[in-house]
Amino acid sequence: MYMREVLVIIIGAVLVHNIVLSQFLGICPFLGVSKKLSSAIGMGAAVTFVLVLASLITWLLQIFILEPLNITYLQTIAFILVIASLVQFVEMVMKKNTPDLYKALGVYLPLITTNCAVLGVAILNIQKSYGLAAMLANSFGNAIGFTLALILFAGIRERLEEADIPQSLQGVPIALITAALMSVAFLGFTGLL
Amino acid sequence: MIYAVVSLAVLGAIFGLVLGFAGKKFAVEVDPRIESILNTLPGANCGACGFPGCAGYAEAIINAGAPMNACSPGKDAISKKIAEIMGAEAGKANERKIAQLLCNGGIGNAVELYHYEGIKDCHSVATMYNGPKICNYGCFGQGTCAAVCPFGAITMGAEGLPLIDPELCTGCNACVRECPQKILQTVEISKLVHVRCHNKDKGKDAKAACKVACIKCKICEKNCPEDAIHVVADSRGSVAVIDYAKCTSCGICVEKCPTKTIEKVLPTCADLPERQDKFNPENPTCVTCGICK
Repeated sequence: MYMREVLVIIIGAVLVHNIVLSQFLGICPFLGVSKKLSSAIGMGAAVTFVLVLASLITWLLQIFILEPLNITYLQTIAFILVIASLVQFVEMVMKKNTPDLYKALGVYLPLITTNCAVLGVAILNIQKSYGLAAMLANSFGNAIGFTLALILFAGIRERLEEADIPQSLQGVPIALITAALMSVAFLGFTGLL
Repeated sequence: MIYAVVSLAVLGAIFGLVLGFAGKKFAVEVDPRIESILNTLPGANCGACGFPGCAGYAEAIINAGAPMNACSPGKDAISKKIAEIMGAEAGKANERKIAQLLCNGGIGNAVELYHYEGIKDCHSVATMYNGPKICNYGCFGQGTCAAVCPFGAITMGAEGLPLIDPELCTGCNACVRECPQKILQTVEISKLVHVRCHNKDKGKDAKAACKVACIKCKICEKNCPEDAIHVVADSRGSVAVIDYAKCTSCGICVEKCPTKTIEKVLPTCADLPERQDKFNPENPTCVTCGICK
């Protein structure tokens, strides 16, 4: 029973309420880092890592500090503080201990500091008053959803490079139209749950 | 109110301290010279040096003892600056190379197999009967080299062949890697004579496909005083190839070639120190052709 609940949350987060295509969070990296498939995969991996870790810490912060002290209105600023410091910290640790992984993620790691998807998921976890397991499932699902959208979009954009597009639509305009169509396509998952 | 101020201050202080300690504990020693070399390099990440981008090259100079004069876009000035940072003598930068096209089969010279009106990309057109010309070795003319050039040195001419600006070209090899026909190569800028054909078919077939094709007559080979040009054969056939190590750009083969396949280009004086006195506008013997400008 419990397992099933977790699975439903994950599938819901990946397909039905896709963080990028249905909730429109994290659009900046979605458009910015989707020109090449390889960098899209790198960004997706970095976001997955940071998102799950950040959600866990912000959830703990909410339950054990903000709520007991009755200062939940400080949620946003406290969460931003956590995410920004966490990204910095992870970057330092990675640089020292796993330089290969650090090199592979490269510039995408610090970029996540300003990724609203991370903050968005952290706040959504609280709003939906998830327990620990559900919260982790939701964060992981959202991160995978972000990665999936990014990779799909990067694949399409690599092909767009070769396509014969009217001059006025070249570049960002056609990318935005493509993103809109992808979003419409993902609406088709609505009836899944 | 008090709680809010105190808790945020405490949180901020904790994170600040953690990051401060982490910064010390996980500090990775980076040679400050890498940073200053990186700032010196042009930053085009063209890969002409053989390392992944300018950052890769800067690191390789410090950690792997890479040569200080490998940056050909930067020319002598950059290698001097790098040498200053390293506190050593750089040695003269290698002579600048520029890209040369091994084809002159533009509109009017090469016979078309079909007329192509599709995606402007050489890799795409290559999938259709080996390109739109009867000659299977020549330039497709879709401008993939021009699109990939990081320095904007290649434009597509009226004949449907890429025109390479010798002033802008840095010899980074980006177009050489991209060309599906492998008919671009980088050659020292002082080398002026080039075979503008890569067709390896038999003379008769080559001639039927293109007016200016190499017909393998070997007249160039016989007349070369330096033994620098040969009709070289491989599994696909043969074509005249210049050995640039021996070529003196005398131009005899250009005159003798019956199909005008071999071309002598005009020098750009600005890059040729040994020619500068000849073409210097202040020198009375200068013909003030203006090419050096």
